[in-house]
Amino acid sequence: MKVTDKGTRPIRTEQDIVLARQACRKLAQDCGLRLVAQTKLVTAVSELARNTLVYGGGGDLDWEMLEDGVRRGIRIVFSDEGPGIPDLQLAMTEGWTSGGGLGLGLTGAKRLVNEFDLETAPGKGTRISITQWT
Amino acid sequence: MERIPILRMGDFLLVTVQVEMHDQLALNLQEDLADRISATAARGVLIDISALEIVDSFIGRMIANISGLSKIMDAQTVLVGMQPAVAITLVELGLNLPGVATALNVDRGMQLLRHSVQQQ
Repeated sequence: MKVTDKGTRPIRTEQDIVLARQACRKLAQDCGLRLVAQTKLVTAVSELARNTLVYGGGGDLDWEMLEDGVRRGIRIVFSDEGPGIPDLQLAMTEGWTSGGGLGLGLTGAKRLVNEFDLETAPGKGTRISITQWT
Repeated sequence: MERIPILRMGDFLLVTVQVEMHDQLALNLQEDLADRISATAARGVLIDISALEIVDSFIGRMIANISGLSKIMDAQTVLVGMQPAVAITLVELGLNLPGVATALNVDRGMQLLRHSVQQQ
């Protein structure tokens, strides 16, 4: 698997969530994802970027365009240096929320993409990687 | 502050979301609609989201809230124009918008509102 292009964007303000969505839509189109796969990816980006801002206190979005044989993909990594997720199992429970949300952010985002990977520890921040393949 | 325009058509209020929805905009819309329903005694609210390319859980919650609050204020909400890819994503996300009336397009949405007002 090789990385053909990459970049980074800040997630510091509410406006950055909108900009992240627009940037990822463009990447998804360039990658050749079909419309439904694009929409799922951009929706997952919206959920996770909001989590990074609201729960992580802001952070970064790093993206990579991937090539693996004939298939192409996009990997997007959200990282913050916030408080981390104390109880991961609880956070990945459908409908559970620590904030005022619906509790669909993490579990929902996971269902919308092909690969989902989460690393977190109390006091060490959170890193979530999602990948969508053509 | 940026706001989504709310048009009045007889007994109904019409909202066409034409811009990228950020969180504050969604919250403003909720408040503005409550004010306008109260001021105009509107019987129905039609929200056209055909220009929206994604609906995430935040926007979904805002839509459900608007539907709930308008019901309390004696007005019915109909959501129209959802793009197919958005609908597929919403269901997968786990957001089924219970209690929110939907119609395929503005025409059908207006029919639905007129019908429900006549029945009352």
